[in-house]
Amino acid sequence: MSSETGPDENVSDENLPKEQGPAHGEVARKDDPFADPGLPPHEHRIQDVDEQAAKRSERTVAFIFTLSMLATIGFIASFVAFPIDKIIYVWPLGHIGALNLALGLTLGVALFCIGAGAVHWARTLMSDEEMVDERHAITAEPEVREKVISDFKQGAKESALGRRKLIRNTMFGAVALVPLSGVVLLRDLGPLPEDKLRHTAWKKGKLLVNENTNQPLRPEDIAVGSLTFARPEGLEHHDEDFQTEIAKAALMIVRLEPGDIKDKRELDWSHEGIVAFSKICTHVGCPVSLYEQQTHHVLCPCHQSTFDLADGARVLFGPAGHPLPQLNISVNKDGYLEAQGDFDEPVGPAFWERG
Amino acid sequence: MKKLSARRRHPLAALVVLLFALAATGGLYTAFAPAGEAKAEKQESSKSLAIEEGKKLYATGCSSCHGTGGQGTSDGPSLVGVGAAAVDFQVGTGRMPAQQPGAQVPKKKKIYSQDETNQLAAYVASLGSGPSQPDKKAYDPAGADVANGGELFRTNCAQCHNFTGKGGALTHGKFAPDLADVDPKHIYEAMQTGPQNMPSFTDGALPEKDKRDIVAYVKEVNSDKSESPGGFSLGGFGPVSEGLFAWIFGLGAMVAVATWVAARTAKAKKS
Amino acid sequence: MSTATEARGSAAAEGKKKAPAGERVADWADGRLGIYSLAKANMRKIFPDHWSFMLGEVALYSFIIIILTGVYLTLFFHPSMNEVEYHGAYTPMHGIQMSEAYASTLDISFDVRGGLLVRQIHHWAALIFLAAMFVHMMRVFFTGAFRKPREVNWVFGFLLFVLGMFTGFTGYSLPDDLLSGTGVRFMEGAILSVPIVGTYLSMFLFGGEFPGDDFVARFYSIHILLLPGIMLGLLVAHLILVFYHKHTQFAGAGRKNTNVVGMPLLPVYMAKAGGFFFLVFGVIAAISAMFTINPIWALGPYRPDQVSTNAQPDWYMGFSEGLIRVMPGWEINLWGHTLVLGVFIPLVIFPLVLVAIALYPFIESWVTKDKREHHIADRPRNAPTRTAFGAAWIAWYFVLLVGGGNDLWATHFNLSINAITWFVRVAFFVAPVVVFVITRRVCMGLQRKDREKVLHGRETGTIKRLPHGEFVEVHEPLSQEQLHTLTAHEQYRPVEVGAATDENGVRRKVSRGQKLRSRLSKGYFGESGQIPKPTQEEYREIESSHGHH
Repeated sequence: MSSETGPDENVSDENLPKEQGPAHGEVARKDDPFADPGLPPHEHRIQDVDEQAAKRSERTVAFIFTLSMLATIGFIASFVAFPIDKIIYVWPLGHIGALNLALGLTLGVALFCIGAGAVHWARTLMSDEEMVDERHAITAEPEVREKVISDFKQGAKESALGRRKLIRNTMFGAVALVPLSGVVLLRDLGPLPEDKLRHTAWKKGKLLVNENTNQPLRPEDIAVGSLTFARPEGLEHHDEDFQTEIAKAALMIVRLEPGDIKDKRELDWSHEGIVAFSKICTHVGCPVSLYEQQTHHVLCPCHQSTFDLADGARVLFGPAGHPLPQLNISVNKDGYLEAQGDFDEPVGPAFWERG
Repeated sequence: MKKLSARRRHPLAALVVLLFALAATGGLYTAFAPAGEAKAEKQESSKSLAIEEGKKLYATGCSSCHGTGGQGTSDGPSLVGVGAAAVDFQVGTGRMPAQQPGAQVPKKKKIYSQDETNQLAAYVASLGSGPSQPDKKAYDPAGADVANGGELFRTNCAQCHNFTGKGGALTHGKFAPDLADVDPKHIYEAMQTGPQNMPSFTDGALPEKDKRDIVAYVKEVNSDKSESPGGFSLGGFGPVSEGLFAWIFGLGAMVAVATWVAARTAKAKKS
Repeated sequence: MSTATEARGSAAAEGKKKAPAGERVADWADGRLGIYSLAKANMRKIFPDHWSFMLGEVALYSFIIIILTGVYLTLFFHPSMNEVEYHGAYTPMHGIQMSEAYASTLDISFDVRGGLLVRQIHHWAALIFLAAMFVHMMRVFFTGAFRKPREVNWVFGFLLFVLGMFTGFTGYSLPDDLLSGTGVRFMEGAILSVPIVGTYLSMFLFGGEFPGDDFVARFYSIHILLLPGIMLGLLVAHLILVFYHKHTQFAGAGRKNTNVVGMPLLPVYMAKAGGFFFLVFGVIAAISAMFTINPIWALGPYRPDQVSTNAQPDWYMGFSEGLIRVMPGWEINLWGHTLVLGVFIPLVIFPLVLVAIALYPFIESWVTKDKREHHIADRPRNAPTRTAFGAAWIAWYFVLLVGGGNDLWATHFNLSINAITWFVRVAFFVAPVVVFVITRRVCMGLQRKDREKVLHGRETGTIKRLPHGEFVEVHEPLSQEQLHTLTAHEQYRPVEVGAATDENGVRRKVSRGQKLRSRLSKGYFGESGQIPKPTQEEYREIESSHGHH
């Protein structure tokens, strides 16, 4: 056991249970108190000995199957009878759709009864005598194994694959290369990233359009403690690329007392305490906007990243890795809020090329 | 009377006297004035009376935290300029007077009657101009555009209050409350005034009509009469309650059925 | 072969008039498909009865229900992201801009009679499918039914579970509602965090920037074709192996490692299993009648600038949601590149959580060095370390589920969301260890109790006073059947590395792997890992000493 035929041999297999227990097919010793007594004798059910009981079971099964038939008829009747928009009150479920309830319950009963009938039939009327199947080893007999191995060797030898290395190597090369065509075909699934994630629809002079009213925002629309959402001028709901553009350009606007703003750049980029931050979380892109106006904290509902809007949208808590980008805003000569340019960093989730 | 005399030297005493004088003048005037104007005058005088009553209520119920003149203390914010709508919301939902100061003042049984609330509101409104209580017309859900309300709700409200206004968590134990059973007027006022940590949605940013649509949407989707065509809504919290239900009742039912299918049938004679 | 066919053919010819139609059809089929030899092995195949052996059937039947209802839904669903203005039956959405995918889901719910029911059956069945796979996997795990020869089938089952998760996720994303769109956005953010290729992967998956116009159509073909196709193949292989290996059974009188005791497929199991399909379908239909799931009309169409709180995925993705919620926001900026660890680490741990349980059978077989076949299912208490590992894994998984629902925990139990997040951060490391230790001790305690029962009999609760005044509780000896059942399990001994030098005093080479194996084995099967089961000698000794009492 301790010979050094191989590293694995250092460990003996003495750990395996020595004697196969009685549960493992060995003939048990006569005086073994734990020996397997063998299958207990079969006991009859009431239905096996009492024909009356069996008849009762038969009637029960038939009744359950009949119930299923009735339920199917009920299903068809409900489909015809209930208008699709009918709402009924069912305690305690509330005001719910009548058609959905009727169809679902009748279908449920129809199906359940088929199952219940079949199972009751099996349990009470089919033989319940336990039977024994012997298992057969999964592993093949040694002769079979020998035969297969030698057949394979013969086949491999006849193919000459092992001898004619040139054929083998070029074949492997060809088979290995051909999937590349498939990979290349995937190229046009989408464009290259280039600098798409670095730009948004914001540009110098673009007005901040109120998401609710679709009108440009003026500073007097925004009170201290209020919350407003804006999109860039010229981006309309019906535009083809609206979804893709708003996914980057959405803006969250709040007004702070200028004295409360701790971050100098934030103050520089604000207008009378009005600050505009990207609404898109820097974690994985949910729209953050759970604004607590007393604390100036904004929380993301998806993963609870918390940002301090009074301090450059610094991350206070949660999985976000960097502050929300701020948009530099001011007021144009007509008194409307306008952007002073695009965001100076990519909005939304961080990525490898972000830097 | 004793109370009144004690406040003789109050900064607002002069104002009150003036108002009384005006009221008296007005009273005299009404006797001679044409009917229409008389009504306006009557309103004016009842308003000043309300302010007076409100002031008394304020002094006993609110001044300990908000200061005797509504200027605010370390325990409560200034009420100058918050407007009547804010008072009506805070007092009308029982949030004020608060049991203890804090970021989250929960809704409870209201203490003041609507009349008293109006008086308090009138008094606070007199401290500085702010949003006034809305007309019934402004928040009546009947006939409003529910679809537009839903769209606006998802833009402005759902992030804290959930899709159908079931409420949600904020930082450090604060929460946005469930909007079921909230009076349409109070929903409207909350949007106007931004109570506690809720931001306000001023009329400039969210016009009156839009607020009414939002109120209508909330009432449509989150009240005892809300329709749930697919059956019981499981609280409307989304996949968490659905998953819990699928595990407990869905899989629970399956295991119960499986146990029946696999169980041995009763034997004729129990051994 | 040919003689057999001839013989059968002639037999059929002889009884041309007598053979019933059914037999003639079977003969026809056998001549072409060889069904008789197939049926010979399988028609009266024996299946043991136990409720926990039916959990896999729940999964199988939910899968069939999902396919049936899914085919119906494809008849009405439009996998398109073209923006339309809604003017269908659901008035609270009139005039709202939405994708065709969302609009057609509204149509299924409000214009197609019964469409809502089928949608709800499809979704409830999906949740139950994954829950059933989960508990089925746990049943197989805790009873050791993954051991040789079933390791491959364990892997098939594991792959089915993982593919089921992704099939569920892609299906959940199809209606393009505000909730699912938020989930897809999360996925996009996670892909972006992958170093070097993240942005490329994202652009290729979405056909450009998020959300683009393509992902619903792409997810659709993945959801209805690619993943279910693979799953169907795996499922067939899984079932063939179940038939081939024959089912495991618990130890008991007459139940050996070399046999299987139970009821035959025809007729009992045919009726029970077939009936069970209808029972499962019936229960899911009734649930769908009464309880709504994913009411997309209440959620609204997806817009990347809108969101709702309670934004969670379906339960089976909940643990990944937990991972991402509790991860601190680590981000490293170096040489103009960003390593988004706050997202990327959870993305890497996500598969590790799953792989941890998938690889366990191979680790255990390496530790035990056991190459024999096992067909007797273990009682969990008799494999304390395995049971403890499984319980620890479940604890880990559920801690993450708690993290994934932290906002609802906060609002329903008046807790701070920050406190819950911190709790999950700590519990992620601590809970599995604590649960491991406790579970192992509980298992050992139960083993000790079994040992007591075997040696001293069952406690009857009857107190007897002996003539000299002593009170004793009457213990009733167990029947031989019970004695056998409680002692049938095998016990390993720890693997020994052996002496550091051989008999000649030469230092033996013991690899690090050997040492690790020996140490693990000691942990599994040493004194701290199991209670020696009673031996016959112990039993007899106590039996004979009973006379002295």
